[in-house]
Amino acid sequence: MQELNSGDTAWMITATALVLFMTLPGLALFYGGLVRTRNVLSVLMQCFVIACGASVVWLAYGYSLAFAEGGPVIGGLSKAMFASVGESTLSGTIPESVFAMFQLTFAIITPALVVGAFAERMKFSAMLLFTMAWLTVVYLPVCHWVWASDGWLFKKGVLDFAGGIVVHTTCGVAALVSALVLGKRHGFPTAPMMPHNMTMTATGAGMLWVGWFGFNAGSALAANGNAGMAMLVTHVSAAAGALSWMAIEWLRYGRPSVLGVVTGCVAGLATITPASGFVGPGGALVIGFAAGLVCFAATSYMKRVLRVDDSLDVFPVHGVGGMLGTLAAGIFASSELGVFGGQGYAEGMTMGAQMGVQVMGILSVGAYTAVVTFLLLKAVDFVTGLRVSAEHENVGLDQVEHNERGYNY
Amino acid sequence: MKMLMAIIKPFKLDAVREALSEIGVQGMTVTEVRGFGRQKGHTELYRGAEYTVDLLPKIKLELALTPEQVDKAIEAIQKAAKTGQIGDGKIFVYDLNETVRIRTGETGKEAI
Repeated sequence: MQELNSGDTAWMITATALVLFMTLPGLALFYGGLVRTRNVLSVLMQCFVIACGASVVWLAYGYSLAFAEGGPVIGGLSKAMFASVGESTLSGTIPESVFAMFQLTFAIITPALVVGAFAERMKFSAMLLFTMAWLTVVYLPVCHWVWASDGWLFKKGVLDFAGGIVVHTTCGVAALVSALVLGKRHGFPTAPMMPHNMTMTATGAGMLWVGWFGFNAGSALAANGNAGMAMLVTHVSAAAGALSWMAIEWLRYGRPSVLGVVTGCVAGLATITPASGFVGPGGALVIGFAAGLVCFAATSYMKRVLRVDDSLDVFPVHGVGGMLGTLAAGIFASSELGVFGGQGYAEGMTMGAQMGVQVMGILSVGAYTAVVTFLLLKAVDFVTGLRVSAEHENVGLDQVEHNERGYNY
Repeated sequence: MKMLMAIIKPFKLDAVREALSEIGVQGMTVTEVRGFGRQKGHTELYRGAEYTVDLLPKIKLELALTPEQVDKAIEAIQKAAKTGQIGDGKIFVYDLNETVRIRTGETGKEAI
C-alpha cells in the first residue's frame, strides 16, 4: 500500500484545474471564434453544458464504469455515486478524489471536442442527448480498455500516455461520423463561412497550449521526472507543429496565417499526447513537425477532395493527430534512437511488437467508435431530430435555440 | 446647392479629409460601407478552404456644397484618394433641394 505524497497531490490538483481550463474557456473560445457571429453563443453553450452534464454522469456511474474493478471490456458499478471514495481513500500516492476529478476533466473535453464537427447546425436537445449517450457507451468503455488495469488494451501493453486513443481518436472518429450523418451546412463549400473572431480563436489556442501541460504532464499522476519530461516534449511538439503548418501555408499560399499557426499548434499538442510520457525531446521535435504536415494535408483533403463538412476540422486535426501520435509513440519510445530516443519499451517488448499493439488499439477503438457513434446518431435522430431547419440554420443557433445574441451594438 | 457622395478606400480617409479642409469644406458625414465595382472581390483562405469575398470594405463620404465649391471638392477628393490601382472608388454629384440648420433654422446656402 502506497502512502499519500503531498507533492504529487498538489501537482495533480493543479493539473486537474489546468485540464478543465482547456475546455472552459480554452476550447470554447477556440471554437467560438471559428464559427460565424450568429452561432458563437451556441458553441460556448455546448462546451459549458457538456462540462456540467459529464460531471453528473461521472459522479453517477461514469467513474465507476471507467475505473472500478470489472472485466476487460467495462468496469463495475462498485464506485457508482463515488461509493467508498472518502477523504482517506488513495489512488497511488494521491487521494482518489483527485484522481477521479483529474479523469473527469478528460471525460469533459472529449465530447466537447466533437462539438466542432456538427457546429452551426445541430439542435441543442439532440446535442445534449447525443454527447451524454456517447460519453456513456463510447468514452467510458474505451477509457476502461486503455487505462484501467484490467482493460484488454492495457493488458496488451498499448502505449497511450494521455489520450491519443482514448481522447483524440474517439473524438476525431466521432466527429467524422457526425459530419457525414448530419450532412453539410447549407452553402458549404461555396458560401463564405469564415471565422467571425480570430482574436478569440488565438486566445483559446493559447489557453489550450498552457492547459495541455496539465493534460500530459498530469498523466504521470505524480510530480516526478516523467511529468517533467512529458511537459517538455509537449511544449516542443506544440512549437514544431505550429511552425510546420505555418511554413506549408507560407510556401503554398504565399502568406502565413494566424489560423494556420494556431491550428498547427493544436495538431502538435494532440499528436504528442499519446507519446508524451514515453518519448524524448528529439522525438517530440519530429512528432511535432510531422503533425503540422500530416494534419495540414488531411484538412485540405477533407475540404477540397472529400468535401466533408467537419466544420471546425476535428477529424483531420485531432483524429489524425491522435492516431499519428499513437503510432509515433511506438517508434520514438525506443531507447535506441540516440538523440531521438525515448524511455524504452516495457520488458520483452520490441518495436515491431509495440507497433502491432498500437495499430490494434487504433483500429479497434476507431471501428468501435465509428459504429456506435453512427447508431447513436440514428437513435437521437429518431427521438429529437438532429438538425435545425434550413431557415433556423440561416438565422443562427444563438437566436433560435437560446434566444440571445453574442454581440449587442 | 449640390450633394456630393464619394466612395473611397478606407485608408485614404485622412488624406481626403485634409484635402477638403484645405479648400474650406466645413463638414461631412462618413459611413463605413461594403460594396463592389470593377474591382470585384478577392479570395481568402482558411485552413485550405478558399472563400470569395464579394463585398469589400469602403468608406462613403457625403458632403453638402455650394455650387462654387463643387469642382474644387471633386478635384481635391480625386487627387487625395487616387492610388492608380483598381478599386479607388467613385464620386457622384446630385442636386440638393434644401438645407436646414436645426439649431438656428437657417436654410439654403446659409445652412451649409
